[in-house]
Order: sequence, then structure tokens, then C-alpha cells
Amino acid sequence: MNPTVRSGNGQPKIGVYVCHCGTNIAGTVDVEAVRSYAEGLPGVTVARAYKYMCSDPGQELIKEDIRANGLERVVVASCSPSLHEATFRRAVAEGGLNPYFFQMVNIREQDSWVHTDTAEATRKAEDLVRAAVHRVRFHKALERQRVPVNPAVMVVGGGIAGIHAALTMANAGKHVYLVEREPSIGGHMAQFDKTFPTLDCAACILTPKMTEVRSNPNITLWTMAEVDRVDGYVGSYTVTVRHKPRFIVEDACVGCLECIEACVYKVGKTPDVFNLGMSMRKPVYIPFPQAVPPLVVIDQDACIEFKSGRCKKTCVEACADRNAIDFTQTETFDTVEVGAVILATGFKTFDPARTPAYGYGVYPNVYTSMELERLVNSSGPTEGHVTLRDGRTPETVGIVHCVGSRDVNTNEYCSRVCCMYSLKLAHLVKEKTGAEIYNFYIDIRAAGKGMEEFYNRVAGEGVHFIRGKVADVYPEGGNTGRVVLQAEDTLLGRVRKIPVDMVVLATGLEPQADAEDVRRTFNITCAGGGFFMERHPKLAPVSTFTDGIFLAGACQGPKDIPDTVAQAGAAAAEALVLVDHGYVEMEPNTAYVVAEECSGCKTCIPLCPYTAISRVDGKAQINPVLCKGCGTCVAACPSGSIRQNLFEDEEIYEEILGVLAHA
Amino acid sequence: MPEPTAMPQESAADGWEPKIVAFFCNWCTYLAADLAGTSRMKYAPNARVIRVMCSGRVDPQFVMEAFANGADGVLVGGCHFGDCHYQSGNHKALRRFRLLQRVLVGMGIEEERIRLEWISAAEADKLRDVMNDMVAGLKVLGPLHLEVPAEGLPDERREGLPEVAELQEVTA
Repeated sequence: MNPTVRSGNGQPKIGVYVCHCGTNIAGTVDVEAVRSYAEGLPGVTVARAYKYMCSDPGQELIKEDIRANGLERVVVASCSPSLHEATFRRAVAEGGLNPYFFQMVNIREQDSWVHTDTAEATRKAEDLVRAAVHRVRFHKALERQRVPVNPAVMVVGGGIAGIHAALTMANAGKHVYLVEREPSIGGHMAQFDKTFPTLDCAACILTPKMTEVRSNPNITLWTMAEVDRVDGYVGSYTVTVRHKPRFIVEDACVGCLECIEACVYKVGKTPDVFNLGMSMRKPVYIPFPQAVPPLVVIDQDACIEFKSGRCKKTCVEACADRNAIDFTQTETFDTVEVGAVILATGFKTFDPARTPAYGYGVYPNVYTSMELERLVNSSGPTEGHVTLRDGRTPETVGIVHCVGSRDVNTNEYCSRVCCMYSLKLAHLVKEKTGAEIYNFYIDIRAAGKGMEEFYNRVAGEGVHFIRGKVADVYPEGGNTGRVVLQAEDTLLGRVRKIPVDMVVLATGLEPQADAEDVRRTFNITCAGGGFFMERHPKLAPVSTFTDGIFLAGACQGPKDIPDTVAQAGAAAAEALVLVDHGYVEMEPNTAYVVAEECSGCKTCIPLCPYTAISRVDGKAQINPVLCKGCGTCVAACPSGSIRQNLFEDEEIYEEILGVLAHA
Repeated sequence: MPEPTAMPQESAADGWEPKIVAFFCNWCTYLAADLAGTSRMKYAPNARVIRVMCSGRVDPQFVMEAFANGADGVLVGGCHFGDCHYQSGNHKALRRFRLLQRVLVGMGIEEERIRLEWISAAEADKLRDVMNDMVAGLKVLGPLHLEVPAEGLPDERREGLPEVAELQEVTA
């Protein structure tokens, strides 16, 4: 276990360190066999195995061998480089070597965790270690380039996540561009009445934060705006934002709403999106009373002036000398430089038309939970009265849980919030109407602070719970307007058929319809369900694989308001760490031209996606600031005169030879 | 340096296992392989992964070199179209791949031995399936008996082939 250090026989002295990672690696790979195999490889002067290489004593082994034994190259066989490459490079540097005289071997994620046969896994580890030993001999000393970070930050999405992240950074003195595509910030939370489990009023806690966004001088708020294009890299993103026309001059409108009153439409004829179509709005409207910015919008598709050009324009008359209405507005674009971006683009609710058995859209008294949120809300279409589409007040209500969640036919995952909001809605409806309420559930998931207590409270209020998935919704005989919910009560072991006046579908949370486009624009990854993928599920939950792009809220996965706000704060803190640091160090994996060998054939120039290559004096020249290190030009160069730091041809050839050289 | 490549005459029935060299891009397929690990999926242990920043970095000569040194199969993994971390490196990889595959077939290397797959960072299950499928396919094909040894064509085989200078004239 404690080998003597041998000489390098004229080659660089290589140290190999094989990590047990507790039993994570050692449980499948014979670590001692790999160590003793590595010891026999040419150039290896020391090979050690250690329980946890990433621990301080593990790193100290490397440093001590560099100092005392004159190591010139280091190979660590442990986990994925995405986890600890930086750790070991730092250890190598602290030992006194250039940090790039290091190569990492992934024998955990790509070996011990995915194979079961010890002999096979050990052999694979030996092959990979040998490849790294071959490769590391050719490593060169490299310097990291420092790039300044623009201190401004962009937040995309103005729901509670984006609002909280924007305010946190603005209060830290950073300039924030908050981009929201709707006419007002507030997101889904603005539509809610009360919030579980404390039952505090959503508007009461959200509205002050919304107005704070508007009054904070460090925030540039852009509503009706979407990110069109993103260029650049961490610390220096160039973001192009498209502004959709509001047909209102934002600086001139005072939010008096007289134009709405004066509109030639005496009543609204367009379904109001904010109330999920349960009320109508005029062509000129304000999204909701507390909207921020408190400005009206003109709906181009509904306004007569846009259709015929012959409207009396009573709205313009009412606006008078404020002159805030401008029918000629068109799309405009703004381009801003930011150092980091926080994506807080939220979620959409599941469309219950995809589960036709529940009768949504067929029976008028089948509602979604979001519709019920608006019905119980005093600023909603019924001013807070729970009134059915046929005008009656429900006496019995059935809440169907897990619609679009925990179902292999729709979404496999649990949407996390539905159980608790169903309890909240049950409580509110019972309070307002005294109706009998039946919850049809699979499991009640009441994890989190105060949640189980809330469940007990609602159960204590006499709300009924039936453990069973609703199989069918069908109309009751006669002309009662009621429907029957049929489910197997799995606790009683028999089928129950319960007639109800109102059905509420507890729809789950899904990624936004255009999450895929947003993902591509920002060059990040989506996880299985389509939500944005975090860099590490536990240790980097708000970072992405693209440096400088952070995630907050339900765009990363379903979560409730407390978790969303916590995550938004975390994303803001991570972004602050980046921009406050002032500079980032770039991975030195750029391509370069060996000018003497370049024939000036120009093959490489059109291949570069960043136009980093130009032809100067008949030779290719690569701008290292623009080069991102993909290596496409390197692979294409017919004369082999383009090289890539960290991925030199000979380094890769040595790896190929190395993995295949097993006797 | 590698030992000279012996001509293996084994088959799957003798417990012969195919050797695969895999080139995975840093942003999608390598991460998918990491995710397969953190998800504790199990797959055949035959592939040895070499990480490159982009599938566009995979020089056709890497693939040739792998076959010449005893690989029975080569797998190249990159991001789906539209997902490339470098915008379009995967398109360039595909362009080279198609040509390379034809050249390899001309050399007697079955086209199933070289595979290009788009595997996103979230598609650990696809990675597992591709690995297993490729190993199964190679077991049917058996070991690669490359007629060209690693050190290049012996002189007598060059008879009848045009000289390098002539070739350059033709392609000029």
C-alpha cells in the first residue's frame, strides 16, 4: 500500500492515485489491483490507493508526493471530472505543479456504478488508468485566461421566483433586467387566492414585492418582452430582447383606466386569460387590478381599429392630452450585456383534455383547480362566490387528485403541490359554501413545514378523503346537472359512486410549452420530464451546465412557493458570487494554429461557429478570446496544423492506444 | 506503446468480449454516461470512453487509429441537432461520419462497427441501451480481423497501388 518512489527513467515522473470512494468504487472495482497495475506502468513512480481522494488527507498525498518525490504528472482515478476535476487541479497547483499536468479517470459514474462484475470493472479501470498515464505524459503547462464579468444580471420570468431573485440582486446593488412576456409580472401566484398551509392571502404578500420591483432603481422591468437571442459566454452574455407592442406609451400612461371605460365595446367580448376565460375583457384592458406595471394593454386581435381602421377611437379621446395610445407601435428590440442570467420561466398546468375520462370540457361543472382558484378569489369573475356555470352554488364537490401526475399515461412524476392546494381549496370552498367535499387521492403527500398539521386541520373540518383513483365521470340520471364520480375505494375495497355538483381536477405542473425553445436559446439541458436540468441534483441545484446561467422556481421542477422563493434566493446568491468576483477564468482548451504548417487552405474558417478564425498573411489565425474550444477546426484541418490545448492530437492518440493496449 | 496486435480468432462462444472505443462529447453524451452512473443503471462493460469537448472534435483518424489498434467497434456520442453546445459541431461530426463509414466499409470494416449516436445529458437510458445493443451486435459480428496491420501496409501490398505523388496529382 505504501510503495517506494522509483525514478522516471527519463520520462516525466507520474503519480497515480486510485480512490476507494468508501465502497462506491471499492465495492465493485478491486482498487488494490488497479493500484498495483498502475505501479507497473511506464513512467509511474508512485501509485497509491486512498479511501477518499477528495478529502483533505487525500489531496495532501498528492501535494506531498509532488514536493517530496518530485512528481511531474498526476493521475487520479475516482469520480467524474465534472465533480472533482477542479478539486484535484487545485491540489496539483498547491503542490507546486501546473494544474494541467493532471488527468482524471472516471471509475465511479462510468465504471463501478454501472457494472456488477468485479473482474470486468477492474479491467476497465485498469484500461482507463493506463490511457490516462499514456496521455498525461504529453500534457503541457497551460494558463487560465481571465475574462472580466459584466456586473449586470438578467432575470427571465416575472413570477414569484423571478421577482424574488431580481429584488435580491437589486438590493445587493446590481443592475437587473427583469424580462416578462405577459403584460404584468406576478405569474401564477397573482392568480391564487390563499396560499397553503398558512392560508395567507397571495395578493397581500405578492403585491408589495411587485411594486417594489417597479420602484427599485436597480431594476429595468420589461413586460411584454421575450428573449430573442443569446450570444457570448459566462460573464459576458449579449442578450437580445424582443418587445411586443402594447400600443400604449408606457411613460405616458398613468393607469387611470379611463380608456377602458370609454371603449366602444360596452361589454367585453374576449375571454379574459387571467380568469381562465370565465369572464370577458374589452380590447383595451388591464390584466388584473394590481398589475405591475399598472398600465393598460390593447389586444390587437380584438380591437376594431386594428381590424377595420374605422373605429371612433373613444379611448384616444378619453386619454386626451396624455396621448398614451399609439396604434402604430411595432415590435422593437433591445440588446443588453449581462454577466449572468437567471431563468425563472415557471410552469404550465396540465391540460385535462388529455384525460378525457374526467369529462373536462364535456360537463360544464367540471373545473380545473386553477379555475376554482379564480372562483374563490374575491377579485375573480364571481367576486369570490363559488358559483357553478349554471348559476347554482354547489352542495357537493369532488376533488380529483393527481390529474396529469403519477400516471404513466401522462406524467410519471408527482407535481408536489396538488395535494396541498387541494386541501386548501377544500377548506376555502367548505368555508364559503358549507358543501360536502370529497377528495379522491392516491396518497396524501403532506411533506414540509406545517403541511401535515394543515392536512389534519382540513380533515378535522369534515372534508372527506377517499383513497382511490377516479375511473369515470358520468352524468347523473335526470336533469340534476350533477355528475357521478366512480372510484374504487381501496381502503374499503369496494367501488363507490358519488354524485357531486362540482368536480375539481387537481391538475399537475408541466414545463412551459416553449421550454424547449428557451432551453435552446440559453444552451442548457432539459431533464426527463422536460423541466430544466440542474448541474447537480443535490450540490448544484440552481446552476446549469452552462456557466453563468442559473435556475429558479418551477422551471426546474414542480415546487411550492416557499421552495421557489428559497431557490430564487439561492440562484441570486450564486449569480452574485459570479458577478461580484469581477472576473471568470476560462478553461484553456482553445485551439491554436502552428503557422509554419498552415497552408492557408481556409477549410477551417467556415467551420467555426464563433468566427474566431481569420486568414492573416495567408495563414489561419485563431482569436483565443472568441474560441470556445470545441475542436471542430482541429479535426478538419487537412495539414494537422491546428492544435487544441488540453485535447492535443497526441494526447487523444495516446488515450486510444492506452485503452486498447491491454495484453 | 501498445503491444503488436495479435490476430484474435476467438468468438463470442469462447467468452470473447468485443472492445469498444467511445468518443463522447463533454456536454451531452458524457453527462448521460455520468447520469447512468448516478442512476445506478447497469450496462455492458466493453466500452472505454474518451472524452472530447464536442463530437466535432472527433477526427476520422481517431476512429481509424482505434480500429488499427484492436478496437472491434467505435462509438461516437454527441448532442442532438439543435442542442450542440457549440451550435453545430454535431452536424460536422455527422458529415465526416457518413464519409468515414463508407471508407471503412470499403476497407472491409462492417458499418455496424462504427456508430454515431445523439444522446442528451438526460438520456441515460438511451446510453445504456446503445451500449448493450452495440455489444450484442458486435458479438454477432465477431472480432474485427483487420487486414491492415497497425504499422501500415507492408511494401509488397503497395505493388500496383499508385504512388503518393500520383495520388496528389489526381486529387489536386
